Amino acid sequence: MAEKFRLEEQMVQRMRTPLVWSAVVGWIGCFIGYVIDAKQFHFSYLVSIIYFLSICLGALFFVMIQYVCTAGWSVVVRRIAETVMRNIDVCAVLFIPVLIGIPHLYHWVHPEPNDIILQKKAGYLNIKFFVARAVVYFGIWVLISRAIYKHSIAQDEDGKAEHNRRSMKWSAPGILLLFLSGSLAAFDWLMSLDPHWYSTIFGVYFFSGSAVAFVALLILFSMYLRKRGVLSKEITHEHYHDLGKLLFAFTVFWAYIAFSQYFLIWYANLPEETGWYLHRQEGSWLWVSLLIVFGHFLFPFLALISRIAKRNLKFLSFMAMWMMVMHYVDIYWIVMPTLSHHGVHVHWLDVAALLAVMGTLGVVFVSRLGKNAIVPIKDPFLSESLHFENV
Amino acid sequence: MGEIYGALAMFDTPEQIVEAARRVRERGYVRFDCHTPFPVHGLEAAMGLTRSKLPFLVLGGGAMGVLAAILLQWWTGAVDYPLLIGGKPYFAMEFATPVTFELMVLFSAFTSVFGMLALNGLPMLYHPLFNAEIFARVTDDKFFISIEAIDPRFDRGHTVEFLRSLGASEVVLVEE
Repeated sequence: MAEKFRLEEQMVQRMRTPLVWSAVVGWIGCFIGYVIDAKQFHFSYLVSIIYFLSICLGALFFVMIQYVCTAGWSVVVRRIAETVMRNIDVCAVLFIPVLIGIPHLYHWVHPEPNDIILQKKAGYLNIKFFVARAVVYFGIWVLISRAIYKHSIAQDEDGKAEHNRRSMKWSAPGILLLFLSGSLAAFDWLMSLDPHWYSTIFGVYFFSGSAVAFVALLILFSMYLRKRGVLSKEITHEHYHDLGKLLFAFTVFWAYIAFSQYFLIWYANLPEETGWYLHRQEGSWLWVSLLIVFGHFLFPFLALISRIAKRNLKFLSFMAMWMMVMHYVDIYWIVMPTLSHHGVHVHWLDVAALLAVMGTLGVVFVSRLGKNAIVPIKDPFLSESLHFENV
Repeated sequence: MGEIYGALAMFDTPEQIVEAARRVRERGYVRFDCHTPFPVHGLEAAMGLTRSKLPFLVLGGGAMGVLAAILLQWWTGAVDYPLLIGGKPYFAMEFATPVTFELMVLFSAFTSVFGMLALNGLPMLYHPLFNAEIFARVTDDKFFISIEAIDPRFDRGHTVEFLRSLGASEVVLVEE
């Protein structure tokens, strides 16, 4: 049983090679870019690391929800999710360039002398406290994800149900901690790019997009394995149908939050709040804003609403790919108007940073996935998951 | 004996009723139903039930809700009685969205509840099957198949004989 659910070494190699190339090319590009244009590098890199970190946080959220609900259906895909979640520790290391780039990225480091608002915020928005908070956030996430991962791997050996109970005990407070710390992290790393602007719902906005992107990745990676004959009988149409439902649900939830944020600012029409959206209507940013409204909500909402669409694996894979791209556009749209005010300026460093972070995380992900069984083979709910059917 | 509603067969186990339902369907009966004390896994497939039309009705209901909400807000606010409030436009999707969303949910909910009742014929104040004394055990520990007399393949003698051959512990004819 254990051997059957382990990735073959050859397959791990085949997945690893392009990722290694992606990392090598990406990091060389990043290094050259950093020398030429440090400011551009830091912004491109911030988009990239936040994009992949958000997916890992989405995985952590997904796994904890499964434990808290004692979900049976999802056990066959849970190890993949756990391995994505475990990569938060790599994200922590990859986050160092952001901390180095604080003076390039964040306006609050050097405010104008007569800027009273930023003077009042200086107690919170200063480099020392910013770094300390980042350490605490990552500390919380790494602690929880390592603990849950360790229990899941240990269960592959001894098969004790006690591990599920322990993971559940981590997950319940974990969800609360994740949302508090993640919300503050979104305030720190994304919202403070425009330090005069504030939106209390911003953290939820960030999280809802992360959940969409992670479920999309889970669908895509399962389909990738399926194409190569791995878990093709275990992850059935029923599981894809349910993942499709989650993809749809989180997309709608994202839209609900995104609209709630926009709606209140539109209605109140206060100058200190509207600026953020006005920036994003300048020049070609307007088209990106519209792309997000239609591409991140209206199109997937109509496309994924039917049961037939969610059970058609080709179509579902396309939609998952689409949502992953849209999540990148979303993060890009949050970060980049701070750098290029009057319109979109796609830079080659955007691609280099994407390749660097993707390659690095991917290599670690694949080798971790290869080291252990690809499903939690002795989870007491595995049998329920294998025979799961939608009514 | 009055008009016959149909034949009612009693089975002892869930496995038996799934198998019996499959055989009844394969025989070509279309006006038949199964009655069980609890949901039996795989019974819908054995009976050959198709998926409900209800989702499409709900989609239509939701679309009607969207349309109604937009028309209501646009016509009252921008056409019939334009009133400037807080310097906002007479009509804009920004402020119309919450009401539109709520009416979509409301109309969808109404369509799903009343559509469900319309499709399954509830509430039903009288059903001939309750004339059969053995049918009382459907809420306890027995599983039943009823075949209606209006089914084109229904024939008193043959149908009762056929149901017995499926392993029914008792078969009765039910009066209208």
